Amino acid sequence: MTAQATALPSRFSSRLEGIDRSLPVWLLATLALVFLMALPLGWLVLVSVTGEKGFTGAHYLEAFTDVQLRKAFWNTVVMALWVGLGSLALGAPLAWLTARTDVPGRGLIRGLVLASFVTPPFLGAFAWVMLAGPNAGAINNLWRATTGAEGALVNIFSMPGLIFVVAIYTFPYVYVMLSNTLELIASDLEEAGSILGASRFNVARTITVPLVAPAIFSGFILSVLQALALFGSPAILALPAGFHTITTQIWGMFHYPPRIEAAAAVSIPLLLATALLLLVQKRLLGRRGYAAVGGKGGQRRRIPLGVWRYPAFAGCLAIMACAVFLPYGILAKAAFSRAWAQPLSWDNFTLSNWSFTFLEYGSTQEAIVNTLELGVMSACVGATLAALLAYVARRKLILGHQLVSFLALAPIVIPGVVLAVALFIAYTRPPLLLYGTLWILFLAYVTKEMPIGYSQADATFRTIPAELEEAGRILGAGRLRVFAEVTAPLARSGIIASWCFIFIGVIRELSASIILFTPNTKVMSVVMFDLKEEGQFGAIAVLGIFMLAMTFGVVILVQRVLGRDFMGVRE
Amino acid sequence: MNKSHGYGRRMFTGAALLAGLAFAGAALAQGPSVEAARKEGKVVWYTSLAVSSAEHVAKLFEAAYPGIKVEVHRTGSQRVLQRVMQELAANIKNVDVIHTSDAGHFVLLKSKNMLMKYAPKGIEAFPAGFKDPDGYHYGLRATITVIAYNTKAVSAAEAPKSWKDLLAPKWKGKLVTAHPGYSGIIATHVLALSHLHGWDYFKQLAQNGVMIVQSAVDPAGIVASGERLVAVNGGEYTFYQTKKKGNPLEIVYPKEGVPLIVSPSAIMAAAPHPNAAKLFTDFTFGREIQQELADSEGLYTGHPAVTYPSDKPKLNELKLLPADPAELEKRSAEIKKRFVDYFGA
Repeated sequence: MTAQATALPSRFSSRLEGIDRSLPVWLLATLALVFLMALPLGWLVLVSVTGEKGFTGAHYLEAFTDVQLRKAFWNTVVMALWVGLGSLALGAPLAWLTARTDVPGRGLIRGLVLASFVTPPFLGAFAWVMLAGPNAGAINNLWRATTGAEGALVNIFSMPGLIFVVAIYTFPYVYVMLSNTLELIASDLEEAGSILGASRFNVARTITVPLVAPAIFSGFILSVLQALALFGSPAILALPAGFHTITTQIWGMFHYPPRIEAAAAVSIPLLLATALLLLVQKRLLGRRGYAAVGGKGGQRRRIPLGVWRYPAFAGCLAIMACAVFLPYGILAKAAFSRAWAQPLSWDNFTLSNWSFTFLEYGSTQEAIVNTLELGVMSACVGATLAALLAYVARRKLILGHQLVSFLALAPIVIPGVVLAVALFIAYTRPPLLLYGTLWILFLAYVTKEMPIGYSQADATFRTIPAELEEAGRILGAGRLRVFAEVTAPLARSGIIASWCFIFIGVIRELSASIILFTPNTKVMSVVMFDLKEEGQFGAIAVLGIFMLAMTFGVVILVQRVLGRDFMGVRE
Repeated sequence: MNKSHGYGRRMFTGAALLAGLAFAGAALAQGPSVEAARKEGKVVWYTSLAVSSAEHVAKLFEAAYPGIKVEVHRTGSQRVLQRVMQELAANIKNVDVIHTSDAGHFVLLKSKNMLMKYAPKGIEAFPAGFKDPDGYHYGLRATITVIAYNTKAVSAAEAPKSWKDLLAPKWKGKLVTAHPGYSGIIATHVLALSHLHGWDYFKQLAQNGVMIVQSAVDPAGIVASGERLVAVNGGEYTFYQTKKKGNPLEIVYPKEGVPLIVSPSAIMAAAPHPNAAKLFTDFTFGREIQQELADSEGLYTGHPAVTYPSDKPKLNELKLLPADPAELEKRSAEIKKRFVDYFGA
């Protein structure tokens, strides 16, 4: 889409050669980004140091001395690091198995990872309340029934429970990063190693691992950042257990009477810490070149697992049972039950949850329309912008391109609630009065999803060697024409993937929406959170199933329409 | 293209409403006219009444006055206030009728001149506890906070009889509480019990590893499902409804007394649909709806003609612990902070 929009007829390009007419495009994209990021971030900083009598450091002092906040900080760090490790432990083996080995059911496993990825984490957390609540949870009931034990096997309302539930919906970040890289590395490098006499282990150690290390590390960092910014799961699992994470603390600060300044002050250290994390990642990995993926096709050979084929397959299914089968099953049960904790019998069967949700509960229909509108718009605009920006940064097209990359990735460290308040302050005053309209949600979503869209686009351009473009340039094509005719076709599937990522992210977005919605601009996640706070399990299950169906519908549609591009093997 | 039209229309409607407000002021003094209300087309109701109850009331109004839609926006009392104050800050005029269970909210809103003076038809007959002496807000419904337990897991003999019984170590890990930072009912409850038993009561209660949920509606579901065996608080009407649906749940009316929560309703001074708002207010305070609230929702009301289900104690049979709205308003932040300090979240 991007490519066609910016392509120019070739006769113009030959006449005006020598002038780089692409510059305005890059500058415009960059300015849009600066506008998106700088405005809220600027407000965040400004508000955090502004008191009633001008400049003050009191908010920071409060953030670092308040006992509750310190506890919340610590909880957040513990949770995020364990989630990162957990995501690696789950995502890396799965990616290697499906990309490189002859494990059976690879397509199925990929599909299930996708299912886990598109499952809203808060919905997963909600389902796990029904599965592993210490007393009424299905797993614990089964445990007591089979063993005669008194206590609970697992308690989801705990730090380990929270880490587990977050990790099973965050590991796809590791999986996607790693399996995309593994799929793209031609195995001839590894074969060369083998031919030269290296053992399989040494090939893995000296060739494969260094090639995929950046992807693994990026996946880890993405998971950690994702966990840091998460709001729904801690709100559902940590609050009932009596502990906070930093996002739930910040959200609490917006309750009346609001303490927005304190919230901003709490967010700034978080922002700096994550920026540092990203910097370290760049330092560690930045210097290595990626010549591994050429424009030429590379054949890949699958590693035979032998007797381990089926145990490995079973392992994959066990992970996916936790992320997909069990939660979906209990949601389906709750959606059709009068009382979700009772056995599913005819006495307990009902359709009233469905009629209540769609016919009686007034907020549902408009929320669905709003969610869809916002999803499509944000994905189109976001994917286009992300592609342009990633290209600018990777090809170093303008001065300060490092800043582009930083700004595009920055929102991942801003908890959605904080971003939302920054937007709230920025857009409740002239010249742009956007609060109360869908536009403010649109801006929030494009900003919030920029990192994932950008990472995806950047990973895509990274694999397209500059040599191909340089060949085009040498043959006389302008930068835009090269972008349109060489780069974009190669990047197409990557950009479609980033469209999907953004769409899915928007559909399930909760943490920013929960601040920015007004009753007329409710989205589905907000409606579900409202229902959750009132304990309406049946209605949430109904909406959750509907949200999943909608998401899967769109993903399948996009894959079908552009199927060969998305899944195709590079020739 | 459709999309941009859609957004444009929203913004335009907003602007038109703002402009219309300037003229609306003149018409405020008179009683409701069905014709004028119908022209406005709808009434926007921010309410903390449990969602199914609120939608039920809305359906009844829409049936009585075809052509006037009720837009129900249900969330917890504290969230309702947050929303109203955020919209005030952003100069958005959306809400017509506000209804929460935190009487302190109405003290605050009145002091900020955000409420319209309007007395619902027939309100004179309501008891004093349901009426603002200045005439800005009136109690739409009342409930009490009680203890409830799961009858499958706890026998009547074992069940706690008083608020203090909940401090017994045998309930460790088996209790659930709703949150004063979300629910006006619970904020009122915490204040009333702090007067009765002191803050130490909550400090000790927290030692029992209490599960924390948000809405005063939620403990009923948690106890019915068996996730926790005893609710240490919660709106009596939601327990009553849950019990009536056949769930294994029983209500305990503690002998030391039960906090009475009167939930006020008021029309916003800046209501974009003032006539529909008045009509709706009259309707909800009328005999029919007040009786409906008592019958199908299990609520108490101030309407003198309302009769109550026979399987519920009458208000005058109970020792009631009232809360002072002004104190509730003044100490709102302190109540929430203490609760968080004791319970952790």
